[in-house]
Amino acid sequence: MGQTIIEKIFSRHTGKTVNANDLVVSKIDFCLGQDGTSGIVIDSFNKMGAEKVFDHNKMAVIIDHSSPSPNEGVSRIHKKIRDFSLAQRIHFYDVGQGVCHQIVPERGYVVPGDLVVGADSHTCTYGALNAAATGMGSTDVAACAATGHNWFKVPESIKFICQGKLPPGVYSKDLILYLIGQVGAAGATYMSCEYTGPAIDALSVEGRFTIANMAIEMGAKFGIMNCDRKTLEWIKQHSSRKFKPVFADPDAVYYKVLEFNMNKLTPQVAKPHRVDNVCPVTEIAGTPIAQGYIGTCTNGRLEDFAAACKILKGKKIKKGVRLIVAPASNWILKDAMKKGYINILLDAGATLVTPGCGPCVGTHNGVPADGENVISTANRNFKGRMGNINAFIYLGSPATVAASVITGKITDPRKYLK
Amino acid sequence: MLLTGKARKFSQEDDINTDYIISGRYKFKIQDPNELATHVMEDLDPGFFQRRQDGDFIVAGRNFGCGSSREQAPQAIKYAKISAVIAKSFARIFYRNAFNIGLPLIECDTDKIKEGDELSVDLSTGIVTNKTQNINITIKPLPPVMLTLLADGGLVEHIKKHQGFALGEK
Repeated sequence: MGQTIIEKIFSRHTGKTVNANDLVVSKIDFCLGQDGTSGIVIDSFNKMGAEKVFDHNKMAVIIDHSSPSPNEGVSRIHKKIRDFSLAQRIHFYDVGQGVCHQIVPERGYVVPGDLVVGADSHTCTYGALNAAATGMGSTDVAACAATGHNWFKVPESIKFICQGKLPPGVYSKDLILYLIGQVGAAGATYMSCEYTGPAIDALSVEGRFTIANMAIEMGAKFGIMNCDRKTLEWIKQHSSRKFKPVFADPDAVYYKVLEFNMNKLTPQVAKPHRVDNVCPVTEIAGTPIAQGYIGTCTNGRLEDFAAACKILKGKKIKKGVRLIVAPASNWILKDAMKKGYINILLDAGATLVTPGCGPCVGTHNGVPADGENVISTANRNFKGRMGNINAFIYLGSPATVAASVITGKITDPRKYLK
Repeated sequence: MLLTGKARKFSQEDDINTDYIISGRYKFKIQDPNELATHVMEDLDPGFFQRRQDGDFIVAGRNFGCGSSREQAPQAIKYAKISAVIAKSFARIFYRNAFNIGLPLIECDTDKIKEGDELSVDLSTGIVTNKTQNINITIKPLPPVMLTLLADGGLVEHIKKHQGFALGEK
């Protein structure tokens, strides 16, 4: 019987053939935590009686969610995390370095075929690199840190075949919002999603990160892509580790195969307060917005700023509207400066905040007021997500956010790209 | 183990996410679980903490606990002295987190449970008794791995006891 990508990764890691629904205890290649979760990782690690991280080169802690610290409570947690990380000699990224899900692949810690566990639900992002990466809670990550292992149920897989080609002005964010709208917030619960087809192949690795990042928004455990020439090129630029790509067998058994044609896809928006509450931008065009946000582990990369700048170059954001920009890492910030993107954004009237999660999780950097609408490139629009339960969050691509801050209304970006 | 208390439901039944269970506004700055617990479910139902009583059950629909991996979510529920969460289904990270910290989760049909119903849950027989409506509801049996973790008192105790994982893998 043929195997899916995830069955092969678990078979390799356990040294025997395993299939969907088998329970395995597997070694892991890397684990990580961020400032919202690592405090409890440390508490659980200590309670387990562990003294040393299993391999200090295989764990990273990144201060990104609330960084730099906005208050003394956060500062206390940051200090605890900083002290632990330095004492354990693990990879440590202090305030301003970037979002964990940009740092971990960008600094070369993940290669195809890896098994990665992170104390953050969007750890599934690295699936874009043909790796099995998943989010778990703090105590599970503490167990990884202490033992180098964890238990897993090998998941069943859903294969998404994305046929065709994205039209101009339509991006990977629109593609994944569309898929989430189709299958729903629980449509892939406990599944490994394999995102395949010509529309995925045509994307850059950056564009693929956006899709794998949001696998969790359909409930998935993993969101994995094939390894191709672009993956190999990207890895070569970022990592010196040796690896062996993983491919699904032609006769692999899937829970479900879903096929979509992307030739006629239009820009998509997720409406409040659910990520699967998706519609074409044209359906809600004209909805007033008070704040735009470009950034996060979903859309804070160079290509995202390029798309936004194409629209914002030489233009001004509407008076009374704010545009907040947070590059996903300090490396991206430097590249965006070299390319002139930061100047374009600042000239348009944008506010640049620290590389990291920015206002996504509602702790700082742009909490909306009561009744305000926000259009954001983030991955979640739950009520209160940005720090105010009386605000409304819409999710879209960087181009849609850029077009919307010019007009002050949700706007189809294609009209600026003709 | 027999648990008894009242059912507590919310305006939204399905897809109650971990941001609603404990908001990012609190989880980043508060380390004390007893203090976190006072904000449990606040964004979905302000005043829930004051309304609930020790031993109550949270009762929901499908995909309870979706979204963020924050372990503070089951922690806030546990420290708010909720006996267990009863739902039609759970999101995967929340499911692991709850058993890891010793918060029981019960999967069953929750359509026949109304706000305020008096419930008793017998984990050994796998039955939820709705005393108000005088009906029994069968619980979906727990996977053996979760039974092991519960029996050991959570993941920390499991690792301590076995100096690693001992989960009877296939």
